[in-house]
Amino acid sequence: MNIFVIMISSMLVSNVVLSQFLGICPFLGVSKKVETAAGMGAAVTFVITIASAITYPIYYFILKPLKLEYLETIAFILIIAALVQFVEMVLKKFMPPLYEALGVFLPLITTNCAVLGVAINNITNGLGFIESVLTGLFTALGFLVAIVILASIREHIEFNDIPESFKGTPIVLVTASLMAIAFCGFAGLV
Amino acid sequence: MNTYTERLKNGIITENPTFVMMLGMCPTLAVTSSAMNGLGMGLTTTAVLVLSNAFISLLRKVIPDKVRIPAFIVVVASFVTIIQLLLQAFLQDLNNALGVYIPLIVVNCIILGRAESYASKNPVLPSIFDGLGMGLGFTVGLTLIGICREVLGSGAIFGFEFIPADFHITFFVLAPGAFLVLACLTALQNKLKLPSATNVPGGDSGMACGGNCAQCTGASCVANKGIIEAERAAQKAAQAQKAKEAAAKAKAAKEAAAKKAEKGE
Repeated sequence: MNIFVIMISSMLVSNVVLSQFLGICPFLGVSKKVETAAGMGAAVTFVITIASAITYPIYYFILKPLKLEYLETIAFILIIAALVQFVEMVLKKFMPPLYEALGVFLPLITTNCAVLGVAINNITNGLGFIESVLTGLFTALGFLVAIVILASIREHIEFNDIPESFKGTPIVLVTASLMAIAFCGFAGLV
Repeated sequence: MNTYTERLKNGIITENPTFVMMLGMCPTLAVTSSAMNGLGMGLTTTAVLVLSNAFISLLRKVIPDKVRIPAFIVVVASFVTIIQLLLQAFLQDLNNALGVYIPLIVVNCIILGRAESYASKNPVLPSIFDGLGMGLGFTVGLTLIGICREVLGSGAIFGFEFIPADFHITFFVLAPGAFLVLACLTALQNKLKLPSATNVPGGDSGMACGGNCAQCTGASCVANKGIIEAERAAQKAAQAQKAKEAAAKAKAAKEAAAKKAEKGE
């Protein structure tokens, strides 16, 4: 599989939010403003990429030789929780500007199902190390694209005349539905 | 009504996780393409919820307060693994249909939420019934949404087809249909002014988590706590300021009136 195919398939064709339904909570909750949405997306990208890189050696060099594959779920969720804490500490110490930008979002990511979902999917699909990392990166970029698009649409919706009962969450879901239709159009690409 | 039936009613009706609390949206959208999948997912989650609630309630005096969230996650993850192995052994079809969403039960906010808000503070039996009620409420929600989508999308209920294939609206079993069905559901709740997490004004906050406290397990909000407290303090100060100004105005008006009265004399 070459990089381009991975990019198209994990970013657009099977978009993590709009066709796999992972990470719906931040997708709906943190998409009020483009800046916060972009911050959340960047933080998710950061964590998912590192998580895919770390879960691969843990699974193939620790769990598999010890025949503990069934501990995958427990091991991965703990690794992700620890990783988020660790990333937060490292950023705080060494990259204060980046921490300022992403800091608020990092604790929210532990319970983001996209991170665990991507890690488990990588193992289930039997991807190699580089493929795993690239899949993680591009899946997360797919999340970034989706949440930024939704946020910019929502900023415009603010000024529109919406039926009373569709105000708030319903119109956001309708928007998401229309976006999902648009992303269905990518299906024939790969 | 004793505690147990009250817990069941609370989970299934008063605080129904799907319709009222709007929790666990990922599985709600992802696996409800048919009623059977919705029911299977609901029952699987119920099993995990009952077991984890019971276990966490038993351990509530042992788990130190500071590390309770990681401890809860480990307990939940263990039960999810057990249930996943059981499904792989005995219900292969369901396991294949639900796929990655079975291990993802670990990050379902309903389970951590119940552990945090009920099981860690109450005795074992009520916790079990709390888990059972919440789980059944989730099952009912998923099954109903599943039935809606299956009837519209593939003209069937639980795989029993009763509408000819020409009238199927395949859109509803695909990904966009999930969002649209949920949009209509929340719009209906808005219209009828039903109690629901999407109807509370709290959802309109500029905070990173959207300020929707009904969806929050408290696990992720450490960073927001400061913001909320600052917001509240600011609000209080503003109110105090307003009250002061109003009082000053009233006083000034009174004095002016008194002066006028004096002058008039």
